[in-house]
Amino acid sequence: MTISEFETVIGLEVHCQLDTHSKLFCSCPTTFGAEANRNTCPVCLGWPGSLPVLNEQALRFAVKTGLALNCEIAERLKFDRKNYFYPDLPKAYQISQYDMPVNKNGFLMIEFRRPDGSFEEKRIGITRAHLEEDAGKLLHDGIKDGTLADYNRAGIPLLEIVSEPDLRSPEEAYAYLSALKAVLEYLEVSDCNMEEGSLRCDANVSIRPRGQEKFGTRTEIKNLNSFKAVQKAIEYEVKRQAQVVLAGERIVQETRLWNDDKGQTFVMRSKEEAHDYRYFPEPDLVPFTLSRQTVEEICQTLPELPAARAKRLIQDFGLSPYDAVVLVQEKKLAAYFETCVKEKISAKLASNWIQSELLALLNLKKIPIEESPVGPAALAGLVRLIENNTISGKIAKDVLPEMFETGKSAEAIVKEKGLVQLTDTKLIEKAVLKAIAANPKVVEDFKAGKQQAIGFLVGQVMKETKGKANPQLVNEILKKKLEVRCWKKKRSTPSKH
Amino acid sequence: MSGYFSLSLKEALKAAKEDGATPVLTSVRERTAALNPKLNAFLRFDAQRSACEEGARGGLFGVPLAVKDNICIDGWETTCASKILQGHVPPYDATVVEKIKKAGGVIFAQANMDEFAFGSSSETSAYGPVRNPWDLERVPGGSSGGSAAAVAGDLAFAALGSDTGGSVRQPAAFCGVVGLKPTYGCVSRYGLIAFGSSFDQIGPITKTVEDAAILMNVLAGHDPKDSTSAKVPVPDYTKSLKRDVRGLKIGLPEEFFIEGLDPEIEKSVRAAADIYKKLGAEIRTVSLPHTQYSVAVYYIVAVAEASSNLGRYDGVRFGRRVPGGDLRDLYFQTRSEGFGAEAKRRILLGTFVLSAGYYDAYYRQGQKVRTLIRADFQKAFNEVDLILGPTTPTAAFKIGEKLTDPLAMYLSDIFTIPANLAGVPAISVPCGFTAGNLPIGLQLMGRPFEESALLQAAYALEQELQIYKKKPRL
Repeated sequence: MTISEFETVIGLEVHCQLDTHSKLFCSCPTTFGAEANRNTCPVCLGWPGSLPVLNEQALRFAVKTGLALNCEIAERLKFDRKNYFYPDLPKAYQISQYDMPVNKNGFLMIEFRRPDGSFEEKRIGITRAHLEEDAGKLLHDGIKDGTLADYNRAGIPLLEIVSEPDLRSPEEAYAYLSALKAVLEYLEVSDCNMEEGSLRCDANVSIRPRGQEKFGTRTEIKNLNSFKAVQKAIEYEVKRQAQVVLAGERIVQETRLWNDDKGQTFVMRSKEEAHDYRYFPEPDLVPFTLSRQTVEEICQTLPELPAARAKRLIQDFGLSPYDAVVLVQEKKLAAYFETCVKEKISAKLASNWIQSELLALLNLKKIPIEESPVGPAALAGLVRLIENNTISGKIAKDVLPEMFETGKSAEAIVKEKGLVQLTDTKLIEKAVLKAIAANPKVVEDFKAGKQQAIGFLVGQVMKETKGKANPQLVNEILKKKLEVRCWKKKRSTPSKH
Repeated sequence: MSGYFSLSLKEALKAAKEDGATPVLTSVRERTAALNPKLNAFLRFDAQRSACEEGARGGLFGVPLAVKDNICIDGWETTCASKILQGHVPPYDATVVEKIKKAGGVIFAQANMDEFAFGSSSETSAYGPVRNPWDLERVPGGSSGGSAAAVAGDLAFAALGSDTGGSVRQPAAFCGVVGLKPTYGCVSRYGLIAFGSSFDQIGPITKTVEDAAILMNVLAGHDPKDSTSAKVPVPDYTKSLKRDVRGLKIGLPEEFFIEGLDPEIEKSVRAAADIYKKLGAEIRTVSLPHTQYSVAVYYIVAVAEASSNLGRYDGVRFGRRVPGGDLRDLYFQTRSEGFGAEAKRRILLGTFVLSAGYYDAYYRQGQKVRTLIRADFQKAFNEVDLILGPTTPTAAFKIGEKLTDPLAMYLSDIFTIPANLAGVPAISVPCGFTAGNLPIGLQLMGRPFEESALLQAAYALEQELQIYKKKPRL
């Protein structure tokens, strides 16, 4: 047996921080980056005698997400206590939902490229998505004796979204996370900022021989701080597990930590060391009924979701499924595209320019799309100049960074620098004849059948015209002139014999 | 005049209004300073400082009151009579404290209790046992023993206790005062340091039934900070007191008159029932068939909640810390030294019944039986308006008598626990004395949020018996 004969089975647990103004069970603000322990009160610090009161906005966000993930929304809601000791957990229990999650049995459609390049759509089951409170943060670095605790994060609302073990490759896991993130962003329930910890992911990974129905023993991987880390950690873990099995040993059910620097997972705790959380219903929060009317009201607030938007972009603008998915993945990117094509320009061209040149520049300068110095209307101006042959794509690639730097319009830059494409056939003809005259050897080569020699001549013409000549016209005229010469030669040659 | 201390709350309110708050307060403070060393009823009282709101002129203006040491007062050390909370100073007021301050009440003392309210004798306090004003060799009951002893000994006009399984009513019965456990959800629990969250209720311990009504007017009502507090309109509890009890249907549960009930107490309680009959009430026998499981269910569900509620005392954030080699050691040392034996026993029990593999057999089963007990009451209240029985199976026992026998101790709450399991209101009102001159308490239980009916019936009996006029000799 070899590694390739194993099938990978992955389930993901995503903790998403809900973007409410106040915490889940008190009125403390949720602002990131506040002075340590500034955003705290007796409730989120677990002071004796304090009691939790549910933040209704958090519940609405949870339901909204559940609806977007096609979940069944619970009619009866309750919270439970998950008991364990740790200094970042002020009450020594976390208020969570155990056996009656607010959302269950949903699914998310994901799109991804298979190794053969084809584009596949797949349905990934969502087991549950429940509300719970976050813990605080412990600081060990730079502290001589002991540890400091910052409880600003304690009590911030989280939605834990648990997938079915439906994912079959690290790429699918990546696609799932991208699709999930897109949904959360469209819903405006989370800022999904992984650096600030508003999106966190644990992966359950196992392998089994292809064709086998029974799942293998899984390991849980924690400390995954980016989508790339998720993908890399799963790739590593799959290989590790396969090597264990191929060596004739057994996989041990355990929790492992991903070390991004080393590119490896390490044992954190075994199954035997796992906590007994002693879940029981939270007596401080009475169970309550979530009216169907409220759910219906929340349903009315659902925006167009990424999948629907992608379908619309394909239908309305003739984009390829791949381009559409890339564009809709980020809400603001899709909005940029849609504003851009309002200018009645080629949607395909606009999509290409956004996805390649514009994003490359933005990524290089680490500027988010919504702050792009070249706005959608400005980019449309550039695309229009390409579309109506005023400038070539090549010239446009120089114009865009210029727009980026100066904030000037494409038209202004083209005019200023005299970059307007040369379409005057007489002028191009002149340059063509000059190039032919100056390069008799190359012309001979071409005549001898070396088709690629024409490329050199085109280059010479472009050089002569400072890149402004319309490349299509140059090609046409050059071919015409060379053929004429050939034909003249051909006609005269036979007479020699 | 130095005799203010012996007044009832109602009389003291009048005196404070007429003579000013200072002489009333001084009288009680002097009394406390003289007698507290004898009774150990208060853990802390201050000759100078009081928790009150300047200029507040509400329904409790100028009267000194005591609160049990598990109710948070902003800026005052609050310990639950435990070593683990030694030095713990809450940064906020419990809702009831806030209400008392707003009403002009003067909180001047914090009452001793069983550690974390775990007990029925106030002996498990880390700061020494409370003594019963009627017999200093006997316990005052618990866990609100300090509150009951203080009120009985005229060290406060009234006090707040908390009742999880009888902790207001049982000490009230042992000390010959009135103790009311309101309906679960009637009084805010915000700021009450939790024991069994689904049982706990703060209640008044007073010299008279009318005093309880006066305090309830201040304490009751919905609190947005407590999700378990009910949105039920609050009546004026003093209004219904003087209505007569003619036509009231009162049930005597057969399960409350059982073997183990002291014959003297049975006699006294049945005599009280006869008084009600004489006053025109209708006395019937009812059944609360699942009563026999109450103590067992209580000691599963309440300790489960307690084990979780007490997890936060880990030496990290508040109260005492006993340093250890590493984190585990710090937890271990802090909790080993900080908690007393009964607290440890209940934490262990609670942890056990919630553990994987035992949850179904204990906690889940306990909750099921709790539902049955609740149904018992619903059924009984279809037939009668009130349920009458003894508050305790015996009168106050000797200090040390049951401390080494937890089960015997637990059984002293056998008649009070059912009301907590069902969440219904219940009151203990004095109904006589034993031959040894120890007070006997009678318990009335009512429908949810019908505290008015309880107070009305208790008041009628009190007026007939006039027991409150009798005071312990101190």
